[in-house]
Amino acid sequence: MSTVNLKSPEVVIREVRLGSITGFQGDAEKLVKKSHGGTLEDVPRRFSQCTGCSSGQAFCQLCMIPDAAVINHAPIGCMGDAEGFNFVYREGQVERDLPRSSGRYFSTNIDESDTIFGGTKTLQDAIQTVFERVHPHAIFVTTSCASGITGDDVESVTREMTEKLGIPVVACFCEGFKSKIWTTGFDSAYHAIVRGIVKPPRKKTNQVNIINFWGSHIFDGLLHRLGYEPRYIVAFSTIRELEHISEAAASIQVCQTLGTYLGAALEQVYGVPEIKTSPGYGVEGTDEWLRELGRVLDRRDEVEKIIAEGHARVLPELEKVREQFQGKTAFVTAGAAHGHALIAVLRELGFDVKGAAIFHHDPVYDNGCERSDMLARDVKDYGDIQNFNVCNKQAFELVNLLKRTKPDIFIARHGGMTVWGAKLGIPTLLIGDEQLSFGYDGILRYAERIAETLDNTEFVTNLAKHSTMPYTKWWLEQDPYAFLGGDMVVESY
Amino acid sequence: MSKVIEQPRYSCALGAEQTVVAIRRAVPVLHSGPGCCNKITSLIGQGEAYAGGSTIPCTNSNERDVVFGGVDKLRSVVKGALQVIDADLYVILTGCTASIVGDDIDSVAQEFRSAGKPVVCAETGGFKTNNYRSHETVVNAVIDQYVDAHRAEGGVQKGLVNVFATVPYQDPYWNGNLAELKRVLDGIGLKANILFGQESGGLPEWKNIPNAEFNIVASSWVGLGIAEHLKKKYGTPYLHFPYLPVGGLETSRFLRQVAEFGKLDKKRAEDFIGREERKFYSFLERMADFLLEFRYGLPRRFYTILDASYAVGFAKYLVNELGILPARQFVVDNTPEEFRDEVRGEFAHLSDRRSAPVEFETDGGVIQQKIREDENKTRALILGSGWDRDLAKDLNADLLILSVPVEYRLVLNCGYAGYNGGLRVIEDLYDRVLGTYR
Repeated sequence: MSTVNLKSPEVVIREVRLGSITGFQGDAEKLVKKSHGGTLEDVPRRFSQCTGCSSGQAFCQLCMIPDAAVINHAPIGCMGDAEGFNFVYREGQVERDLPRSSGRYFSTNIDESDTIFGGTKTLQDAIQTVFERVHPHAIFVTTSCASGITGDDVESVTREMTEKLGIPVVACFCEGFKSKIWTTGFDSAYHAIVRGIVKPPRKKTNQVNIINFWGSHIFDGLLHRLGYEPRYIVAFSTIRELEHISEAAASIQVCQTLGTYLGAALEQVYGVPEIKTSPGYGVEGTDEWLRELGRVLDRRDEVEKIIAEGHARVLPELEKVREQFQGKTAFVTAGAAHGHALIAVLRELGFDVKGAAIFHHDPVYDNGCERSDMLARDVKDYGDIQNFNVCNKQAFELVNLLKRTKPDIFIARHGGMTVWGAKLGIPTLLIGDEQLSFGYDGILRYAERIAETLDNTEFVTNLAKHSTMPYTKWWLEQDPYAFLGGDMVVESY
Repeated sequence: MSKVIEQPRYSCALGAEQTVVAIRRAVPVLHSGPGCCNKITSLIGQGEAYAGGSTIPCTNSNERDVVFGGVDKLRSVVKGALQVIDADLYVILTGCTASIVGDDIDSVAQEFRSAGKPVVCAETGGFKTNNYRSHETVVNAVIDQYVDAHRAEGGVQKGLVNVFATVPYQDPYWNGNLAELKRVLDGIGLKANILFGQESGGLPEWKNIPNAEFNIVASSWVGLGIAEHLKKKYGTPYLHFPYLPVGGLETSRFLRQVAEFGKLDKKRAEDFIGREERKFYSFLERMADFLLEFRYGLPRRFYTILDASYAVGFAKYLVNELGILPARQFVVDNTPEEFRDEVRGEFAHLSDRRSAPVEFETDGGVIQQKIREDENKTRALILGSGWDRDLAKDLNADLLILSVPVEYRLVLNCGYAGYNGGLRVIEDLYDRVLGTYR
């Protein structure tokens, strides 16, 4: 179990804190055994393609707090993803009946002189400007490779400006080069929120934190029935609301990869219990998750009724659906915990999962609890998975694997990966809403989308016929892991 | 005075990776942090293309590379790229990490070139400048380190021209714009190398760059650094047309200047211009009654939040050919000081009798505030980006997205340059206007 230290401005990166890795080939059972046995080691690559960085992930958690502004202390290019997230933010407002508004995002626009003489004055001026222009309830300052290497003392500047302006000005350290696991950025954002925004509880409430991205509100009915109020965090919560997430009765994880640090921090610092069982994907997974929820919220009997009703409602349908998918194969690429969840749902539906390219692996989460491990649950409930590749969006490995495994369907969870399925003529599905497949009904919702995708072969067949392939013939004939480990010249990933 | 930028509308120096992606069968190899490419393509990407987006090789610099240098890793990744990615040109570009640390990328590129591999490099550390300027750096690097050694045989060819008119992907309509410029230049008797995109001949065209009779820069300022470089290096003269030519008036003006500069067959050029103008103006005539009669309101004044080339090109077109008058004009590309007077000069003569003041401002928040403070008496048109959607809604204005981030449009081969581009402006603009009526 990692210890949350709010005195430190920076969160410890996942490689160090959890022993997380980005390179592995083998089967899922081996990965789980090594993880739980503490013998997992990272394997670097001699060739690599661009991945993602912490600053993007930190920004995505901070940029949809309606009354906060975000300043990226960086050259202008680091803010390239801002309008994309703003689009998501605005669509989320429509879904939630919130007034239309755009996020307030700023770049300090670091230039060459800042890298030579330091950029703290530039940052100070930016914070002042933003405060006067926006009058936010808080300002988050995210850092960059440039500000990190130059050594700008962002912590001191934000502390001074907090005093001067009378609102929290909170540093979020998320330099891209610091961690090769981009989800460290989630931890950075949550560290900033817990450290700079969350206040000690005044009282306990009947609210339940749901640590999620910006997915659908599928927990409303369940929690209301149990007598609790859902609070979906962080997106669309105000600074005032975030101040009091310490008062909640529990925290739910939709995806441990996302929320591991926040769940653990709220429990360790403020005693908010985290639902530690891996999230409710697949029938058995949902049973256990609900039972844990019932235990923590003290609603055991009601939860048993919900489980019985869920089984009665979904299991007969599921039988029918399974027949439809009998003998079909699938390949999954996704972030860690949610990828494991998708694998569970696919196998629940009767798919043979031929392999997976999962972006990283956390051998343990911040709560130190083995029951949180969704991959272990996959292996336990449905058996081993061959061709389980830990691969941080290395499309060259993915294409090679897809060509070999030739699945009937390719499931992706992140942008930039889907075309490789479609270009090879494989029906490909990306679902943005990670809550879609949660719980009993989620299995059926997902089945519907999968059936639709499997049936729609015209598009991919035609696309494949007319697509180009940027990978050499040589490469496509090599072992997909040829650049992983082996005769290492240098450490690369 | 803060130099903060709200709502970025361009990228950093490394954004010029997209310049490489726009060259057929060329691939950038980034020696940068892990997230750079993702952020750049979020703003100025348009799908994976051949080997862009997630396909781009990258060293994904980590702490160790920053402390000890990352040259060995770069060498390993370039070696892998040559084996794995099926391309004809590999362009190493640095991000902030490698540029601050000072990794010697020249030596790495040189090593590969010595072994006969098509590998070039350019310093594009994000903090150094923006992607407008570094577009020039990257093009010049390819010329110096690749083109020069592979120059096509035959020497200078009569009628062969290189066109530098747009920054691929930073201009969302680059592909369509270049295709139309090629069409009209070929039409007056030239053979135009456009170097980027579907209508270009790819690297064989690049190898022919030194053989051009002259070069054409059709842009406010980006591209002048390339044309100057080619003038020094190969003695190629160049013509500077200082904005994007849009519509009948400006495209004809552009072509006549080119014809004169290149001493082309005047009759052939005039025949082509005449044919194109007849087509163009027959459509303009066809829609004139709509412009004059539509009773529920059309935009009567326009705000510009664009880079210099687009700003001038559209302002001239809207004023002279569509009768829409200029409101406040903002140029957002951080135009270097030495080129600002020329841009001001163009705005001072939008037509024979009309001028408009122009402001150079990179901070979208400031621009929007100023527009909001304006008297908003008549229906306005905003020429801007995806960032300006709320502004347009709040003012009941029409928004034509011409600048990145595009977000609310999907762009394939649409272009606004030339005669065809001018017509496309009319269709797209009034499609949006009419779409507001129920």
